[in-house]
Amino acid sequence: MSCGCELSAWPPVNRVADGDVVEIDLAIEGIDCAACIPAVERALSAVQGVLNARLNFTRRRARVAFDPKAANPELLVEALKAAGYRAKRFAVGDAEAAQEAQARYLLRCLAVAGFGAMNIMLLSVSVWAGAGQGGADETRDFFHWLSALIAIPVCAYAGRPFFDSALRALFAGRTNMDVPISIGVVLALAMSLVETARHAEHAYFDGATMLMFFLLCGRYLDQAMRRKTRAIVGNLAALKAQDARRLDEDGGVVTVPASQVGPGDRVLVRPGERAPVDGVVLAGASLIDESMLTGETAPRRVGPGDTVYAGTLGLDGELTLKCVAGSGDTLADEIDRLVERACDMKTPRALLADRVARYYAPVVHTAAALTFCSWMIAGASAHDALVAAIAVLIITCPCALGLAAPVVQVVAAGALFRSGVLLSNADALERLAEVDMVVFDKTGTLTLPEPRVANAAEIPAALLENAARLALSSRHPLAMAVAREALAREPFSNVREVAGEGVEAELDGRPLRLGRAAFCGMRESPLEFDLNGLSTIYTSYDGQSARVLVRQSLRVDAAAVVTGLNKMGLKASILSGDREAAVEQVARELGIVDWRGGLRPDDKIRALEEYAAKGARTLMIGDGLNDAPALAAAHASLSPACATDLAQARADAVFLGERLAPVGRAVEIAALARRLTRQNLALAIGYNAIAVPLAMTGHATPLLAAAAMSFSSILVCLNALRARGGRTNAVWKGGFMNMGIGGARQAEAAP
Amino acid sequence: MTILLYLVPLALLLGLLGLGAFLWALRAGQYDDVEGAALRVLSDDDIDGAGRPEQN
Repeated sequence: MSCGCELSAWPPVNRVADGDVVEIDLAIEGIDCAACIPAVERALSAVQGVLNARLNFTRRRARVAFDPKAANPELLVEALKAAGYRAKRFAVGDAEAAQEAQARYLLRCLAVAGFGAMNIMLLSVSVWAGAGQGGADETRDFFHWLSALIAIPVCAYAGRPFFDSALRALFAGRTNMDVPISIGVVLALAMSLVETARHAEHAYFDGATMLMFFLLCGRYLDQAMRRKTRAIVGNLAALKAQDARRLDEDGGVVTVPASQVGPGDRVLVRPGERAPVDGVVLAGASLIDESMLTGETAPRRVGPGDTVYAGTLGLDGELTLKCVAGSGDTLADEIDRLVERACDMKTPRALLADRVARYYAPVVHTAAALTFCSWMIAGASAHDALVAAIAVLIITCPCALGLAAPVVQVVAAGALFRSGVLLSNADALERLAEVDMVVFDKTGTLTLPEPRVANAAEIPAALLENAARLALSSRHPLAMAVAREALAREPFSNVREVAGEGVEAELDGRPLRLGRAAFCGMRESPLEFDLNGLSTIYTSYDGQSARVLVRQSLRVDAAAVVTGLNKMGLKASILSGDREAAVEQVARELGIVDWRGGLRPDDKIRALEEYAAKGARTLMIGDGLNDAPALAAAHASLSPACATDLAQARADAVFLGERLAPVGRAVEIAALARRLTRQNLALAIGYNAIAVPLAMTGHATPLLAAAAMSFSSILVCLNALRARGGRTNAVWKGGFMNMGIGGARQAEAAP
Repeated sequence: MTILLYLVPLALLLGLLGLGAFLWALRAGQYDDVEGAALRVLSDDDIDGAGRPEQN
């Protein structure tokens, strides 16, 4: 089609078209309703030089075509920021592009199979209804030849996904569900062709194409669900990708992606920013928070000559780092090696459906061979015996069996998606269903990633509100924690920052201060850094003053979720890199008896191996870089969406939001999905148990095959719909939609 | 029964036409964002008559 290119609304990515037009993709955060579509597109179109902007709501991405002479990606991101959306340039990864192509291929196959199945069924129904009876055999033969004419090219085209996969499996010396499918379809077509040439009564062209259609439906749905979660996970990663402030020779500061910083470059880390690379401090001094790397919440003070690792958070001072060469000795390298080792040790596992297929194919093929032999022994002709044997293969073609697992997977993944859990692995659901023990990391998993005010109730409400609004103007991490308490989210206008002391604003002619004790006219309290990174900041206004305690706080529903998991028969334990005292406190609060603190990444792997040796199947939940090896080593793993890239990539699933409830929901839906998959497999095998004797005795007709095939497929699909999860534990009730940011804010405001 | 010689090819042709239309729509990217398409119908941007949405 020559017009395909011009009409296409989405030409290839990042293509430089004629007339100097550049196209880029932007991953956008915060899109949740119909009104966002025009809002985003309007904001982008309003930028000078933008020719076309279109939002893909499914993937939460916009594709923008613009004139590079008039606009640039930074301007587009700024425009979206002004409209209230956070955006980042996004390059579609190879894996995702390949998946995209595969999905289109499957959809094309599905359309062709659908066309074939419908038209052949039209002809077959006429034959069954009596066309060609009463001596008019030519009409029946004509319909059969016509069916062959449609069925053979259709199956040759639409069957390729199955044939390819079956051949790959056979060459690798394995067998999977696609082997019996392919054999069944090819034999059905061949036999029908021979029978048609012999003017016989029965041809199975309709069965073969209908089988293709049903199976492609299952396969496409499976792909679509996985593609959607992958797109969203990709967006999360892109939005989080770090920028670095690189210092030039002449002292100027340029913001570049962290990946473009090489050894020897100098980078600037301001308070409240994360170090983009491993480096040595050249100038400046600051407290740094390394909890992302180690789980340790007590800050460390660094000065010139000290090493700072990528991912550490600068707290109170500006640091100039010299990037050190990645000689293979950096912390990230060491962790990478641990992750690889943990992955190597895991044996690859076959999906439940493939394990069933391993037994299914030999049994079916033996049954067909037995049929052939029995008919020959009973004295039938070779032709009749062969027809009966092939009828067995056709009727046992695993139509319902092929749908049994994927449809449950799709429905369950959809239910998880609505609860805020994004699956990233095909077999994650099966492994999640098998866990009997949940291992939590503490920092960032049981606790919220950002610190909160701990003693809000002890501070006069008006003073806290003023201090919080004042804190909105500061980038200091402690102030940012205080700022989260602000009910009115508008900063004061006349804020003055006193370097190294705090922030100050004039309010009704009197100074409102937030910062160090002396700055606020108070005495320094001995409590500086305590359990769980407890630290203090002071505030004063109009003769009133208060000490504000800031600490890592537990996720709101952590205790309820741990209790809920215990009720489901899952043991809970904590493996943390933080100090023992800090871990003990959290463990006591949650009623967890089994906890360990002060663990390094390889200690965590060892602990998981100990659990595994005792027969436990562990679900590891963790977020930091230090958890990535443990996530890879555990039986199943989950990671919060705020986690580092490495941790997310290693986890089987990612959960969104500020609550821990999706963890419980994930385990619950996985268990339900496993039950339904087994029921479906039993249904499909039960159908065969009835149909096979009929086929073996030669009573199978195309009509019977078609009816049984569609009936069993529909039954299996209906059963799979139950994976949406009707009954659920009250703790994790309610979708992700009503416990997103709004819900979390309400929960914060409540106490 | 000679009528079948016209009717059956005609039926097939119509079916192929539908298949062709679907494949064209697929290539033109109409299946890239099915969720968005369902929501775009709620937008009022096209009411002002002009092809491009009004800037406000």
